[in-house]
Amino acid sequence: MSATNLHMYALATPLIGAFAVMVVGRFSRRAVAPMVLGILSFSFAAALAVFLQVLSGGGFRYVVGNWLAPYGIELSVDHLGSLMQLLVSGVALTASVSAVKSVAKDLEERQHLFFTLYLILIAGLHGLVLTADAFNVYVLLEIASITAYGLIALGRGRAVVSSFNYVIMGSTGACFYLLGIGYLYILTGTLNMADLARIIPTLESGAALATAFAFCIVGLWIKMAFFPLHVWLPNAYSDMPDGAAVLVAPLMTKVTIYLMIRFMFSIFSPAYEFIQHAGVQQIVVGVAALGIVCASAMAIAQKNLRRMLTYLIIAEVGYMVGGVWLANAQGMTGAILHIVNDALMTLCLFLAVSAIAYHEGALDFDRLRGLFRRMPVTMAALVVAALSMIGVPPTCGFFSKWYLLLGGIEAGQWLYVGALIFSSLVNAVLFFRVIEIAYFRTPDEVAHGSGHEALQVREAPAAMLQPLVLAAAALIGVGLATGPLVQHVIRFAVPVGF
Amino acid sequence: MEAILSEIIAKYNYWIYVVLMMVGFYAMIGKNNLVKKLLGMNIFQTAIILMFISSGVKKGGLIPVLDKQAALEHGVNSALINNPVPHVLMLTAIVVSVSVTGVALALMQRIYRRYGTLEENEILEKIDR
Repeated sequence: MSATNLHMYALATPLIGAFAVMVVGRFSRRAVAPMVLGILSFSFAAALAVFLQVLSGGGFRYVVGNWLAPYGIELSVDHLGSLMQLLVSGVALTASVSAVKSVAKDLEERQHLFFTLYLILIAGLHGLVLTADAFNVYVLLEIASITAYGLIALGRGRAVVSSFNYVIMGSTGACFYLLGIGYLYILTGTLNMADLARIIPTLESGAALATAFAFCIVGLWIKMAFFPLHVWLPNAYSDMPDGAAVLVAPLMTKVTIYLMIRFMFSIFSPAYEFIQHAGVQQIVVGVAALGIVCASAMAIAQKNLRRMLTYLIIAEVGYMVGGVWLANAQGMTGAILHIVNDALMTLCLFLAVSAIAYHEGALDFDRLRGLFRRMPVTMAALVVAALSMIGVPPTCGFFSKWYLLLGGIEAGQWLYVGALIFSSLVNAVLFFRVIEIAYFRTPDEVAHGSGHEALQVREAPAAMLQPLVLAAAALIGVGLATGPLVQHVIRFAVPVGF
Repeated sequence: MEAILSEIIAKYNYWIYVVLMMVGFYAMIGKNNLVKKLLGMNIFQTAIILMFISSGVKKGGLIPVLDKQAALEHGVNSALINNPVPHVLMLTAIVVSVSVTGVALALMQRIYRRYGTLEENEILEKIDR
């Protein structure tokens, strides 16, 4: 195992492991869980090694199969890419510990099929964060999406219909992206990102290039559920099986935002987006601010914990897109930091939801009464995640929001700054409502003098609590490590000229 | 009028691509039946394939299979050879589109088993109930 292709091991193990799980799982259902955990642990170890290597020695580019760029497919392992790979593999490993338990309960017979899709999805995400080829992004995006369609369709109730709507919307997004790539290829004759970045400034055809940019970016916006292209997300994410939600909800939208950053700064340049087309920035940041406000408002209207969280995801997408389009170092740092933080926060929230749902089933607010008595550990972790979503120091949510606010003020985007503050207040209201219901209100049976078991401790299994506690600890840990993280990793991802 | 007509005829493949794309897009957004939505999606993808392939083809272009000896001796006149890259890209895109269609058909089968219909408004009515 040579040290220069460790990132390939991190990518290939889940991909090959997926098929091994499918074959072995047919014969022995008990072997599935250890296999999945083993595969993802190995992948995580490799990603961690790559990250440390990049930290000490800087980023590098890697040609797959020795077909030299720009003809072959190139992978770029830079600071941001390896950070994202570490994030993807870490979240996937943590989520899978809990998913193994909840899937064993929800989908007894089809466990191995679930984990086949699950591992291919992880492999797709690994590919997305590494690739330096514009067409490759399309293929990997579809690999990740198709497996996500399948995972969503395994869910409860009207999950199949939600999944079908996601298929239609997701394919539209992918088609737009493909069209944009088509225009770029016609204009430049290359698909390699570095090569594209070299040729694009020399082009004279402004309208065609702008069309390419618009198609690609709108395609990615559909995929990441950027307001107002978000309509598919709430149903799809709330009907998914819990085992899939803990993986898909933290990672899919965040990785797509990373792709947008890649697309904007590795293919196009800040000069193209913010100087040549100066008016666009104002519109995008404005829409992001509107999206944050609308999604937060819709979150208030929800009566189900899971659905409330899906709207918060949409609001967070607004944070990050807005942060990137602020076009200054603070906003960019905040957006990248928020990709990491939001992935961890969403992970923690959905792990808590999955732990609550293990015994409670539905997650309507009135079912949460007395939950602090029954599930003290789960609820404590939920409170940490809630504080982070609101932005209370020292949880990590505070620091990224701080950077985003500073960026907004520096850029003079007061609408965006206002939306951030509004959304923090709404988050406070939302989560304190949940906490109030779970802490102070007693269940109906108790109020009527019967059913004392409703107040006894009945936690989720340890396999679901451990990742949850770990995720909650990570929220505080990453919060405290913000300084070094920005200093040693994110600083390198901020484009020159910001 | 003449000028516009000749413009359209000169680039008719691109015009067909735009029309096909709009037909597909309309079916995806506007149709009520899930099968029609899926067909719209397929038309949309086919339109993109047409666009890519058009971009690689040259008038009087030859197939991009070369005699190595001749290519080494006389070099390659790329103006005479169709660009194979868009075709290759579209092979991948076709694979993607077939897999998406497969997943969507499987989903539709389960929707039909559960709700007994593929009309979107009827499904939504049954969900609300």
